Amino acid sequence: MENQDELIPLSELISGQKGEVENILGGTGVIGRLNALGVRPGKKIKKISGAFSRGPLVFEIDKTQIAIGHGIAQKILIKTQK
Amino acid sequence: MKKVLLMGNPNVGKSVVFSRLTGVHVIASNYPGTTVEFTEGSLNVNKEKTKLIDVPGTYTLEPTCTAEKIATEMIEEGDLIINVLDASRLERNLLLTLQLLEKKKPMLVVLNMWDETKHKGIKIDIKKLEEELGVPVIPTTAVTGEGIKKLVSNLEKAKIPKRKKTSTNEKWQKIGEIIKKVQKITKRDHTLKEKIRDLSIKPLFGIPLAVIVLFLVFLVIRFVGEGLIGFVFEPLFENIWTPLMLKLSTFLGGKGFIHDVLIGELYDGRIAYVESLGLLTTGLFVPIAMVLPYVFAFYLSLSFLEDVGYLPRLAVLCDNFMHKVGLHGCSIIPMFLGLGCNVPGALATRILETKRERFIAMTLMSIAVPCMAQTAMIIGLIGNAGITGLAFVFGTLFIVWIILGLIFNKFLKGESPEIFTEIPPYRMPYMRALFKKVWIRIKWFIKEAVPYVLLGVLFVNILYSLGIIQFLGKISAPVITGILGLPEAAVGSLIVGFLRKDVAIGMLLPLGLTLPQLIVASVVLAMYFPCVATFSVMLKELGIKDMIKSAGIMIFSAFFVGGTLNVLLNAIL
Repeated sequence: MENQDELIPLSELISGQKGEVENILGGTGVIGRLNALGVRPGKKIKKISGAFSRGPLVFEIDKTQIAIGHGIAQKILIKTQK
Repeated sequence: MKKVLLMGNPNVGKSVVFSRLTGVHVIASNYPGTTVEFTEGSLNVNKEKTKLIDVPGTYTLEPTCTAEKIATEMIEEGDLIINVLDASRLERNLLLTLQLLEKKKPMLVVLNMWDETKHKGIKIDIKKLEEELGVPVIPTTAVTGEGIKKLVSNLEKAKIPKRKKTSTNEKWQKIGEIIKKVQKITKRDHTLKEKIRDLSIKPLFGIPLAVIVLFLVFLVIRFVGEGLIGFVFEPLFENIWTPLMLKLSTFLGGKGFIHDVLIGELYDGRIAYVESLGLLTTGLFVPIAMVLPYVFAFYLSLSFLEDVGYLPRLAVLCDNFMHKVGLHGCSIIPMFLGLGCNVPGALATRILETKRERFIAMTLMSIAVPCMAQTAMIIGLIGNAGITGLAFVFGTLFIVWIILGLIFNKFLKGESPEIFTEIPPYRMPYMRALFKKVWIRIKWFIKEAVPYVLLGVLFVNILYSLGIIQFLGKISAPVITGILGLPEAAVGSLIVGFLRKDVAIGMLLPLGLTLPQLIVASVVLAMYFPCVATFSVMLKELGIKDMIKSAGIMIFSAFFVGGTLNVLLNAIL
């Protein structure tokens, strides 16, 4: 079962884990804003840090770091290796 | 006059390009959303005088906050667009570029932060990018001035590209194609610098670091502020200004209305700079020798934190906490600015997305975030009595800030969105740019504060000589004396507080108040109403209905907290 991809929300990634953006759920507003910051399907993404108790998390995409709330992070689906 | 717009994503350096092109220096910092209103300057294009407008940054032409809305509304007015991009983030920046290209305005593209592409191993083929976009592309490093001359000489070559309208998805596809053709990235390893950078945003390491940073900032402000007062400004006034004032006093006969207005009351034949309340004594001493040193020290520290890029990180670290008061992490930036002066603080709430957040942020700020002018005077007045008084004043304000925030969050309708911000890279501040920024802010302070201080002092003199303050003292005695435990004369200070809080606090000195009275008066003065400058900005930003609501909360909470403190302090101190 090596190298099998799994699909999890960005919020579940552990700090330092890398993956690829698979899909963004949610309304066009959220998607548009995320897209504008470079978060689009197919993009390589790396989680930098997360806070306790559903706090904000920071990830890196295209060498840019972005902070988002936990709720938005749940809507970004990441393809990552198990 | 023709209008040229400077547009682009947040934090790409538009304001620096603007300063370079016009010679008009505007505040530029290393975080998204520094510019929240448009600034105008002029430059010559084709020997024709042209208006250049620095527009707030926006990621797309579909605005998500007030600052972005201002940006998108500006487009119609422009005759030419200079689209500024962060060259090291080309792909993402191109969305706005493609959107702007469809606006059928003459345009050119500036690839700013060109120096960073070299450090990051990014190669961009300018010629090919020009072909793809159909407009001139000029690489610049605005902070050093590189490429600015070329930009100026190319302004007349701006063109309207032929493009058909496309959907956002088609644009992303096009961007993908463009990037493939024009950009090459050489891979690099994670450097040590980057590891430290990432550490500073992780709660476990970042929060202790933030505490240390803020404590250092506090030390620097105290050290620089006190030093400037003790070693520079007080000696300057004592040794040079005092003899002049004494001569003038003798010349004016030592008394009379004009003497009182210009010099004020002498105490044992000596000039008492805080108490005298003369235009040339208190009117100059308070803003210059008591407030300015702290304002300078504060803006020095703030500007450094801004340019390094620390503030957005602070925003992420305190995001959880800020949600408790109905805000998200980014509102720490307006609060921080508010500690300098509530006016830019209130304007900076434009980076917040909803009306609810802006109401909470502005109301909390105006009640419980004292500006540096106020803080400096409180330190000057209560500080010599030791740390207890200061701890009570600022501790009370902090607790009020939290409790009011919790109440707002519970009872105000609507929701507060989650944090959503780009975190800029750490940058070493350019010292020249940093000092220029401090200078802009100091100049602004002098221009805004000194006239109001003088007006305040004059106003007090007139009210006193007409007996109005004495009269108001009598009728407000039930509140001022009954609830707050202050002497009737303190009403004069509350009246002047509408104009300037620093003069108002200075007016407490001749009243000979006890420590509990000083604490109550300082807290009430901070809370009860904003100064006129802040009030007018808040009125504009909130609208009349919300302003009345906000003012009601201010007045009620000020007297409630003041009354409670009065009872409490007299029991324990």
